[in-house]
Amino acid sequence: MTAAVNPKKLIKGGLHDWEVVIGMEIHAQVTSRSKLFSGAATEFGGEPNDHVSLVDAAMPGMLPVINEECVAQAVRTGLGLKAQINHRSVFDRKNYFYPDLPQGYQISQFKDPIVGEGTVLVDLPDGETITVGVERLHLEQDAGKSLHDQNPTQSFVDLNRSGVALMEIVSRPDLRSSEEARAYVTKLRTILRYLGTCDGDMEKGSLRADVNVSVRLPGDPLGTRCEIKNVNSIRFIGQAIEVEARRQIAIIEDGGTISQETRLFDPGKGETRSMRSKEEAHDYRYFPDPDLLPLEFDQAYVDRLAEGLPELPDAKKARFIEAYGLSPYDAGVLIAERSSADYFEAVAKGRDGKAAANWVINELFGRLNKEGKGIETSPVSADQLGAVVDLIGEGVISGKIAKDLFEIVWTEGGDPRALVESRGMKQVTDTGAIETAIDAIIAKNPDKVQQAKEKPTLLGWFVGQTMKATGGKANPAAVNALLKAKLGIE
Amino acid sequence: MTTLNELTLADARDGLKAKDFSATDLAKAHLAAMEKARGLNAYILETPERALAMAEVADTKIAAGAARPLEGIPLGIKDLFCTHGVATTAGSKILEGFQPHYESAVTHNLWRDGAVMLGKLNLDEFAMGSSNETSAYGDTISPWRRNGSDTKLVPGGSSGGSAAAVAAHLCLGATATDTGGSIRQPAAFTGTVGIKPTYGRCSRWGTVAYASSLDQAGPIARTVRDCAILLGSMAGQDARDTTCADLPVPDFEAAVSRGVKGLTIGIPKEYRVEGLSAEVQALWDRGAEMLKDAGATVREISLPHTPYALPAYYIVAPAEASSNLARYDGVRYGLRVPGKDIAGMYENTRAAGFGREVKRRIMIGTYVLSAGYYDAYYVRAQKIRTLIKRDFEEAYASGIDAILTPATPSAAFGLGEKGSGDPVEMYLQDVFTITVNMAGLPGLSVPAGLDAQGLPLGLQLIGRPFDEETLFAAAQVIETAAGRTKLPAAWWA
Amino acid sequence: MSVDATTVRRIAHLARIAVSEDEVAPLQGELNAILAFVEQLGAVDVTGIEPMTSVTPMAMKKRTDTVTEGGHADDIVFNAPETEDHYFLVPKVVE
Ligand SMILES: [Mg+2]
Ligand SMILES: [Zn+2]
Repeated sequence: MTAAVNPKKLIKGGLHDWEVVIGMEIHAQVTSRSKLFSGAATEFGGEPNDHVSLVDAAMPGMLPVINEECVAQAVRTGLGLKAQINHRSVFDRKNYFYPDLPQGYQISQFKDPIVGEGTVLVDLPDGETITVGVERLHLEQDAGKSLHDQNPTQSFVDLNRSGVALMEIVSRPDLRSSEEARAYVTKLRTILRYLGTCDGDMEKGSLRADVNVSVRLPGDPLGTRCEIKNVNSIRFIGQAIEVEARRQIAIIEDGGTISQETRLFDPGKGETRSMRSKEEAHDYRYFPDPDLLPLEFDQAYVDRLAEGLPELPDAKKARFIEAYGLSPYDAGVLIAERSSADYFEAVAKGRDGKAAANWVINELFGRLNKEGKGIETSPVSADQLGAVVDLIGEGVISGKIAKDLFEIVWTEGGDPRALVESRGMKQVTDTGAIETAIDAIIAKNPDKVQQAKEKPTLLGWFVGQTMKATGGKANPAAVNALLKAKLGIE
Repeated sequence: MTTLNELTLADARDGLKAKDFSATDLAKAHLAAMEKARGLNAYILETPERALAMAEVADTKIAAGAARPLEGIPLGIKDLFCTHGVATTAGSKILEGFQPHYESAVTHNLWRDGAVMLGKLNLDEFAMGSSNETSAYGDTISPWRRNGSDTKLVPGGSSGGSAAAVAAHLCLGATATDTGGSIRQPAAFTGTVGIKPTYGRCSRWGTVAYASSLDQAGPIARTVRDCAILLGSMAGQDARDTTCADLPVPDFEAAVSRGVKGLTIGIPKEYRVEGLSAEVQALWDRGAEMLKDAGATVREISLPHTPYALPAYYIVAPAEASSNLARYDGVRYGLRVPGKDIAGMYENTRAAGFGREVKRRIMIGTYVLSAGYYDAYYVRAQKIRTLIKRDFEEAYASGIDAILTPATPSAAFGLGEKGSGDPVEMYLQDVFTITVNMAGLPGLSVPAGLDAQGLPLGLQLIGRPFDEETLFAAAQVIETAAGRTKLPAAWWA
Repeated sequence: MSVDATTVRRIAHLARIAVSEDEVAPLQGELNAILAFVEQLGAVDVTGIEPMTSVTPMAMKKRTDTVTEGGHADDIVFNAPETEDHYFLVPKVVE
């Protein structure tokens, strides 16, 4: 069962090399207009207690009614995770007292979740692909928000988030490094965004991770785990795992034992600390919510949702490799966001895929990153970039000129083909004109001509001179061929 | 001469339509009677201004020939139904001062049909009780007395205020709720008619929850016909309650005169419990005779899991209640008692706000759901519920149309007589009614005679799911044959 | 099964109900009376029986995904014992 331990992933302690074992519970906010069991808006922000219905505030006699779109979103997500869809699931109450939990219980799914086992394929930067098991996905209510800094003696409670639908996606403890964990969350986020079931906006709390971390000596059974609650950025997930693993290793190597507990990651201090408040009375008294009936649907319902799904990241990546001849790495970069993949496909359509990928990844993404822009607000459209690629392919401009042209299109806009014409950027392919330039250079540098016969690498110097003389517009292939002939280089 | 508040609801409706009197006259007659009967403590809150304003609207509608089905009919509302802008307490101190900004589905339906609100009726705290003695607003006293005695009797519970008010002519009818017998037992104790309709017939939206899978609203009134009229307005589909049935509301009033010819009535032998008094047994036999005389066939049946309904109820209902009542935490409404921290605030608020019985049930419910006990208690009880329901399904599948049983093991008892030492003594009050809630069936209690001490006794009719019509038809046969019980002189006025 | 005084205190805390020392013994007695009463359920053979999840056989009704509520913060906090700027106020919670 246990995969071979990769020594590169082990953490060096004072005495031993340790394996870290990570499992994650991701809370992903379902994309929907209204809440899971009420008609109040899910919109982020808002005045305090403005997006709150009588149900969300748990007024006496209020009853939950499920939002059909949230059910559909959970099924779509299950399909995207290649998971088992359960045609019958049950909503349970998880009972505990907390000021941001107005009902005194969270409606969740405990015994019978809507989605069962699935898998996520995760590509690591070094090219390795790991399979992470998904144990389950269930629907549940988000809690409200308590503000603790407004007043020295009181907390302020806002229920705007109370009752917003969450999907809790529970992974198996299949992750073995902080890097794997970060890659897993990144991939899961990509899948959710493709599906349109969660916007993945971690800054707004749309995606939060509870990270279970334990350490062991390779080959040993699982160690005692600690759960780090509510980590809200991919970078912090990595940091939290690193510091927590090192904390546990230090304790064990010191002869201590790990006690199972809930901890909080403090990014400022770079440490995790125990959340004692959540520790007491860990008895949630789950039971089926008697206000709700079991959630049941048939295979036809699932099939209809499956038909409406977009092409998913793994399938798209495979197709890009196959259809456009891309490297797995380039394909992986392009599919990370659906919008970049769409952009690439618009550029690549009817053109050389590799060239299109090159331009999108190196020039466009590079430039976008530099300016902190997203692909949706790119000043260069897919049509414009396509025209640039065409002009190179047709030999109208050289790659170097193309970069100048790209720069003009980026800053000034306009039709690349017309720009090449009006700004005289066309490549010179007339061998007569090139020959004249070469002859002049040869005449001026007889010593270099002599040296080139023994040292063919000097050809590059002649190419450069020729390009300079022609204002960079000479066709490089023609220049090369003519120079070789005239210098007598093989 | 019958005063206006002593009319049946159906007669009052006809009188209003015929303009024999006005809705304002009718409301005033009730308000005057309520004032005199404050010693019964049936109302927690009287709403005379609202009553007169609503009556005035009703008079306008009647004058315009636009009367709605319940136009001008004055009703009492169990204080478990949230009423917009009118304090709603659930009989608990924890909801002191709570003023809902919404109207329960059931009361909304009544106002939609033109009814007039007289006030909010007393009840056992959070509907937990069988004698109205757990109310934070004092005991309700039954208008009934034993022959030659002035011992104060309980009206039953939890809808004790509803039953007492209807019996004492302090409203023409009342809303009530029934989780384990809370409509049928007080109806039986006060010589009134009460029906707990099929689970899902009335919306639970806006009614303070006790045990969600068992709670159901229904009316208490003085006649079978009045009950049918009221249920017709209270019932109906509601998209806001997932457990409310998407079924049209039948013409219940039309069913009242259907008769029982050709029907088969089941007599479950398991209800012949040990210690059943000869008086109740005789009443039960008499009821069967009445139905037989009217053309029904009577047949003994078996509902083998009956003895387990009551203990299973005392797991399921407290479990649900422990969770339903978690929202009373001093944060958003009602009572707040400070504490040293947030947990202290919760604990002090709930200790001061809940009464003994409610605390007891919350604790039992918390216990049976807690880690290690859930399967042994809650899951087992829910399995037994499946068996109880199956018993009924098999009886109905064998051709039974309705089932006849006693409503209660005895007539009303005195205040403080039961349950002070052992809570189970009080729980046994519901032994005949509780199976019906566990199986989600309709059940009706109809007065069938008086005991040797002159106190009313009731019989219970249990029907198929969503077949309240047969219950009204059969109950009318009993009401006609037994004659309506006569309340003793108004000693309280 | 029966409960001891420690369990009574634990349950009371789980249910967030303050229980004074002199309340523990009577509560223990009452809870044990109820537990003794429900003990008889152990006699029922429930092998192969599904626990009831819903008493009426019907499909669960669902809402369409539209915003129909909200914008009534005044109403939401109207009954609250302590509020400020439409927030509910509670004793400070330490995480
Ligand atoms: Mg979790
Ligand atoms: Zn969760």
